[in-house]
Amino acid sequence: MEGAVVLLDFWPSMFGMRTRIALAEKEIKYEYSEQDLWNKGELLLQMNPVHKKIPVLIHNGKPVCESLNQVQYIDEVWNDRAPLLPANTYKRANARFWADFVDKKLYDLGSKIWKTKGEEQEAAKKEFIDCLKLLEGELGDSLYFGGKDFGYVDVALVPFYCWFYAYEQCGNFSIEAECPKLIAWVKRCMQKESVAKSLVDREKVYEFVLQLKKLYGIE
Amino acid sequence: MADQVKLFGMWASPYSRRVELALKLKGIPYEYIEEDLSNKSSLLLKYNPVHQKIPVLVHNGKSIPESLVILEYIDETWRNNPVLLPQDPYERSMARFWAKFVDEKILITTRMVSFTTGKEQEQAIEELTEQLKLLENELKGKPYFAGEAIGYLDIVVANFLVFWFRNLQEALGINMFTEEKFPIIFEWTEKLVKIKVVEECRIPKEKHLVYIRTRLEALKSASK
Repeated sequence: MEGAVVLLDFWPSMFGMRTRIALAEKEIKYEYSEQDLWNKGELLLQMNPVHKKIPVLIHNGKPVCESLNQVQYIDEVWNDRAPLLPANTYKRANARFWADFVDKKLYDLGSKIWKTKGEEQEAAKKEFIDCLKLLEGELGDSLYFGGKDFGYVDVALVPFYCWFYAYEQCGNFSIEAECPKLIAWVKRCMQKESVAKSLVDREKVYEFVLQLKKLYGIE
Repeated sequence: MADQVKLFGMWASPYSRRVELALKLKGIPYEYIEEDLSNKSSLLLKYNPVHQKIPVLVHNGKSIPESLVILEYIDETWRNNPVLLPQDPYERSMARFWAKFVDEKILITTRMVSFTTGKEQEQAIEELTEQLKLLENELKGKPYFAGEAIGYLDIVVANFLVFWFRNLQEALGINMFTEEKFPIIFEWTEKLVKIKVVEECRIPKEKHLVYIRTRLEALKSASK
């Protein structure tokens, strides 16, 4: 299990943050390498030739691509501490289902919220909140999606919180007003050191979104 | 208490067929429930309220939707041979990566090929060819994607390429997926169809051609 660990990442990426949290949970030392996505480096292109995207986890020279793959890989290799996936196979399937749900829905809907206006934006906002409410339903009265313990779905979802402020500003709505239970869960997660040190400042993300809007000529 | 396994599926869906293949390979007895996707049953909606899609596996009353999640659940719950996912974590992450590539990239490009014409379709065909070449690369030097025996990635790719896509290209009147262009994949499909349970999961060709043609016609008239 020993061996050099490198993470090719980009600071505001909610996907990169998942891997950062997993590495921190397992107390794995690694080299963080900030990538310039507008001028992709040789190493990134070599390690992820298919998608050319971050994050890429490199362990002993071998690349693992896709953030949920990386979190599962980390959990399977460093399996002697801080388990992220449940031991029970049905609960594992359920965790994989909900992490997949986050992947299928939140990024695209969130992007629509900051990229569009008018009817398209309203539709995206509504569907986004509906998805968050479904997640709240899944959380129920538990401390975490993993139950008593912080786990896989918590890791998959909590980084999106960094982008909530940007979505709220662009979409002129309040996520906390609609989903207070979820925000309470975020605050619980933020008390964990692995999460607090892996997530980035929400205002900085909003500034970044404003820069992107300028770059793409979006009002 | 005996295991009770039910699969809600649809005969023309490669996602549904891949779950059937996994169950058959493991020798797991199950009850198959055919869903009419234009009139989804209340049971399906109960077992998959979030996406309301097939396939859904129900094991002793507990439901598991999403075909890739189901495949891993089957492998972890029934540990008999064949073991579907690689034991090594790195190999496992690669299998998952390529399965997602099939579901998220290849199947989407396939849709573009189906629903476009002219130059747009040509571009989609070119993109699909590149994607299939990348996938074929993963087979080099191995009899199966999983190595010496059929495994997770073979199951994911099998019905899609071996049966579903071949029928689709015939219905569309294109011929991009050929032995000349993809010799390694074709060699792999020849091995696969010799496996009895793979043949059992074949989407029936004539019925499928009619189904695809009807759907394409419906889409064409809807867009007019």
